[in-house]
Amino acid sequence: MTAKPPTTTTRRVTAQGAPIEATTGPGARWVLPVRMGRRLLVGLLLVAALLPLVPLLVWSLAGQWRYPALLPQQLSLRGMQLLVDPRSDTLRGLGTSAGIAAAVAVLACLIGFPAGRAIGLYRFRGRRVVQFLLLAPVIVPGLAVTLGIQVFFVRYHLSDTVVGVILVQLMPTVPYAAVILGAAFANLDIDYERQARSLGAGPLRVQLFVTVPLLRQAIAVAALMTFLISWSEYVLTLLVGGGQVKTLPLLLFAAIGSSDTTAAAALAMLVIVPPLLLVLAAARLLSGRSAGAVGFGRL
Amino acid sequence: MTGAAITLAGVRKSFGDTPAVRDLTTDIPAGSFTALLGPSGCGKSTTLAMIAGLLHPDTGDIRFDGRSQLGVPAEHRPAGLVFQKPLLFPHLNVEQNVAFGLRMRRLDRSQTRERVAAILDRVQLTALARRRVGELSGGQEQRVALARALVLEPRALLLDEPFSQLDATLRAEMRRLVKDLHTESGVTTVFVTHDQTEAVEVADTIALLLDGHLAGQGDPEMFYAAPPSLAAARFFGVTNELPGTVRDGQFTAAATGLRRPTTLPDGPAVLVIRPETISLTSPSGDDDTMVGVAVAARFAGTHLAVDVQLTGGFLVTVYTPVTTSVRLGAPLAIDLPQAAGVVLAADRSLVSG
Repeated sequence: MTAKPPTTTTRRVTAQGAPIEATTGPGARWVLPVRMGRRLLVGLLLVAALLPLVPLLVWSLAGQWRYPALLPQQLSLRGMQLLVDPRSDTLRGLGTSAGIAAAVAVLACLIGFPAGRAIGLYRFRGRRVVQFLLLAPVIVPGLAVTLGIQVFFVRYHLSDTVVGVILVQLMPTVPYAAVILGAAFANLDIDYERQARSLGAGPLRVQLFVTVPLLRQAIAVAALMTFLISWSEYVLTLLVGGGQVKTLPLLLFAAIGSSDTTAAAALAMLVIVPPLLLVLAAARLLSGRSAGAVGFGRL
Repeated sequence: MTGAAITLAGVRKSFGDTPAVRDLTTDIPAGSFTALLGPSGCGKSTTLAMIAGLLHPDTGDIRFDGRSQLGVPAEHRPAGLVFQKPLLFPHLNVEQNVAFGLRMRRLDRSQTRERVAAILDRVQLTALARRRVGELSGGQEQRVALARALVLEPRALLLDEPFSQLDATLRAEMRRLVKDLHTESGVTTVFVTHDQTEAVEVADTIALLLDGHLAGQGDPEMFYAAPPSLAAARFFGVTNELPGTVRDGQFTAAATGLRRPTTLPDGPAVLVIRPETISLTSPSGDDDTMVGVAVAARFAGTHLAVDVQLTGGFLVTVYTPVTTSVRLGAPLAIDLPQAAGVVLAADRSLVSG
């Protein structure tokens, strides 16, 4: 066992930080196969997650690609140029999408915070009803609701505006924020807030200086979730934005509709990659470890 | 700044249909170290939370130096609160935790730094000022919590069983620290505990809370020498109770015929005798002795607890020095001076409740 490669050696660390070689007990001979199996599984999952991106990447670089050719007959940078061309809608769409998603994430968390507090912290009469009402927008198809309330957006001159799109996207996002934060509040020791009160913090500053920092991980998750929902939202944006508010999914659907596969593939990459990077960065930030370890390491 | 005199006047508090505090009236003297003592569920923590302003009484008034605090929110009351759990804010380090209250008061930076450094020095945590709170031991955590409350120079320091989660040695050390801090600052200290030994050791005044109301208040000696009620006597560990009746200022024990003068009105009463105030002796026929047989002896570290079966069938526990040799079954007598034992009205706790 002394010649074991370092990757399969279970390492423990003493309080002083010096590693101790693992004792070689009866379970030690299982460490190697278990670790290899785990790595294989992680690898397979990563491949499964990333494989669909490969044809997209190929398509986005294809100039001409006809059946039955296995690879594009002609490569072209047209798709990539489309993404960075200042005259195209793409860059503006990226900005619109990011702006709307960020605004939606912030607003959804701002609304979800007190809502989550109420359902997570307090036992009151009708709590289940409130909980259900909060979740209702996720259960009831958003399309049906939006068709119903669209008339109000028109009446208040909110249709075809970015503000209107932000507002309508709160519908599918606030429930998630409320549920995520509600779970966090349910696990919060409320005595922290009482302690802060007795140290001279008023109700608002208790939230700001104690509760928000205590719940920062849950808030980050809620913001991330709502950002992603907004980022990929299509139907509500189309209905209320009326085609005037051009987010990336709208541009993508337009490209698909016009059978421009190269443009569609390039746009699809643009829709997929930023959230992927965001999730990886967030996972890293939340745990202080590499994203791979967070997502797959504990399998 | 000196400590505030705290007055509770007719305070009541219920949670739903469950009363936690029923008609509590008490004065906590300025600068005193008062233990709010009682079994769990007696309303002592609720009382402390009301003094701190975290709960509001249903009726009654809470005053600091005569000024009602009912309209004053917790964050503006001059009271520092330390809980059973340290509740250190995990996103702040030791220094920042201690500075929290000063930051909330918008004290300027240099003054904040000065005061934080001074109090950390006092509780011997200067070396750990930059530590993350997750890296502290239980005793260190409670010292930070104490410093965090005291740095605000409160006029009342409210402690809610702050050391009950520490081991015995550490607890004794923390008691000494709190006691010293109290002496140095003169801050009125209210200490909630369920442990009467702790209350006796640390406090100069004890307010005994039983079942949501005050069952006696006084210095620790009083609860031993002249307990205010049978329930109070029981809480302080009296095991010997001789039931009897009072007639015309004279108590007569039912089982033994033992008599004691009393000022109690006629009716059922109990003579309570602390096991450490009586001693074993040989039978002599003296008026102050009662004869019986030793039936059990238990070693209790500092003393020997001997159960004596009196003639008449009554069982009395006596604490004697561990060096005493006791032969079980042998006849002996209990020396019972007139001063030992107090006559208390029977079931007074039920009557007044």
